[in-house]
Amino acid sequence: MELAKTPGAKRNPNAKVSRLRKDIVMNKYVYLMALPVIAYFLIFHYAPIGGLVIAFQNFSAFKGIGGSDWVGLQHFQDFLTSPYAFRVIRNTLMINVYQIIFGFPAPILLALLLNEIRVQLFKRAIQTISYMPHFISLVVICGMLVDFTQSEGVINDIIVFFGGERANLLMDTDLFRTIFVSSGIWQEVGWGSIIYLAALSTLDPHLYEASSIDGAGRFRQLVHITFPALVPTILILLIMRMGHIMSEGFEKIILLYNPLTYETADVISSYVYRRGIQEANYSFGAAVGLFNSSINFIILLAVNYLSRKYAKESLW
Amino acid sequence: MKRKFSLGEAAFDTANHVFLLLFGLVCLYPMLHVLFASLSAPSRLAQHSGILWGPQGFSLVGYEVVLQNPNILTGYLNTLFYVVVGTVLNVLMTAMGAYVLSRKNLMLKKPMVIMVVFTMYFGGGLIPNFLLIKELGLYDTRLALIVPGLIATWNLIVMRTGFMAVPDGLEESAKIDGANDFTILFRIILPVTKATVAVIVLFYAVGHWNAWFNAMIYLRDRELYPLQLLLREILIANSTGGNTIESVSLMEGDQALVYVVIKYCTIIVATVPILFIYPFCQKYFMKGVMLGSMKG
Repeated sequence: MELAKTPGAKRNPNAKVSRLRKDIVMNKYVYLMALPVIAYFLIFHYAPIGGLVIAFQNFSAFKGIGGSDWVGLQHFQDFLTSPYAFRVIRNTLMINVYQIIFGFPAPILLALLLNEIRVQLFKRAIQTISYMPHFISLVVICGMLVDFTQSEGVINDIIVFFGGERANLLMDTDLFRTIFVSSGIWQEVGWGSIIYLAALSTLDPHLYEASSIDGAGRFRQLVHITFPALVPTILILLIMRMGHIMSEGFEKIILLYNPLTYETADVISSYVYRRGIQEANYSFGAAVGLFNSSINFIILLAVNYLSRKYAKESLW
Repeated sequence: MKRKFSLGEAAFDTANHVFLLLFGLVCLYPMLHVLFASLSAPSRLAQHSGILWGPQGFSLVGYEVVLQNPNILTGYLNTLFYVVVGTVLNVLMTAMGAYVLSRKNLMLKKPMVIMVVFTMYFGGGLIPNFLLIKELGLYDTRLALIVPGLIATWNLIVMRTGFMAVPDGLEESAKIDGANDFTILFRIILPVTKATVAVIVLFYAVGHWNAWFNAMIYLRDRELYPLQLLLREILIANSTGGNTIESVSLMEGDQALVYVVIKYCTIIVATVPILFIYPFCQKYFMKGVMLGSMKG
């Protein structure tokens, strides 16, 4: 009941605290609901961020974070001067840049083509089929890739039919990225097109009517009405994609790569997994992981800033 | 509306239909190939080369072996457990979080939104998460596959957007009738946002069904393995030089020839349930991806 007296004390430095207390009492069930949610985020998202301090230690599970020795930037130095640093950074960037160049525009193109289809049944059938690969598990997709690309597999059968020679395609360092990126496009292009089709579904049909009266053909409508309607979505998705430029697809890498293809397939996260988890070099793994996520975060901030400045679209 | 089609437009239309038809076939064929192969007679399939236009002969021997394999059965039951228990807890937690973040006059809302959205772009990464699971005593328990992923930030934001679209009047009249926030969430908001909830349930359930990585790093006990981890051993590990024990034990007593169809049968058994469910939620998908939901 003490609370009832405080509302007048606006200039009091404690005013904010007392207002908050009142807010909590008034919304006690809302805050009660928030408790487990906040606890979840603190424990499973923020505690691991705090746990990154082991990147600056020689962490030992027996001594714990409090008792382990501090080594400063030693692990970062070790990583960056190791012969693997260049390889994994290059592979990470190349695979992601390929994914962005070829994989990012694919769903936009598909949405534009689907949008031109007037026969609803046909359109819906193609859409349903194109979503299907998205729902197949990564393990199964990779299992199918392994099976189809092995030297007795169906892809080699086709290559031989056209006069080529049999080879295990996944063991070929020159082909790994191509297989990785193209199978990714196959799996996600249909699903990725939904968001663009959703954006197009909110488009005012009068725009088309008006332009049609003005004599614009369908191609000009595509260029001047349909595509511009997608630009905000494209920009936001591109920023978000850049926010994962160093981390996309590492589970699939781990399923598909092997020591023979490390040269083109090993990325930073798969390297962290091998050194950190499999070889239990926790501190070194955490350092390489932190290096990765920091660069990634800086790229995100930069892209978001540029987009806000030049295109007036940003995540925040 | 009636539009005149020029010759160029008619040509484009035809080309577009043909292209999309081919595209549909490309999406569909790999799964059809697996289905046809799984139904083929092993000896005929081994001799076949090239595209499969249908099963080669007909045999269910692969399915018999797969469905009698105790490991697959355990994996299937484990996966069902992770999907059902995991998804129920996911939706419960996500709905509560979304309800909190969709309130209009909450002093701590902004810091909470920032705290949640930040996790989409930065995190501790693999190693600290792994050590946390060990530290919490979740290592090698079923909970390790459920608790760390209780709330997917993306789904939380989608659900919050759905909740914010509920007219205020509904909640206010309930409040006047004396309903508390729990009643409002479970009796009013969730029923009127059924479409959003359906999409979120599907996303979480498919996520659990398809997950394998956390199981690989957090589980030692094979009795707890989900189906996908066993699939990895059967489909991938033996061809990339990993653990072959599993695939060998599958073949006990059968000719090695059966192995050529077993792979395909396991894929079908593990994938068909999901492929039957998603078309029914399809009309709701657009709700799950609206642009407005993405900006913090």
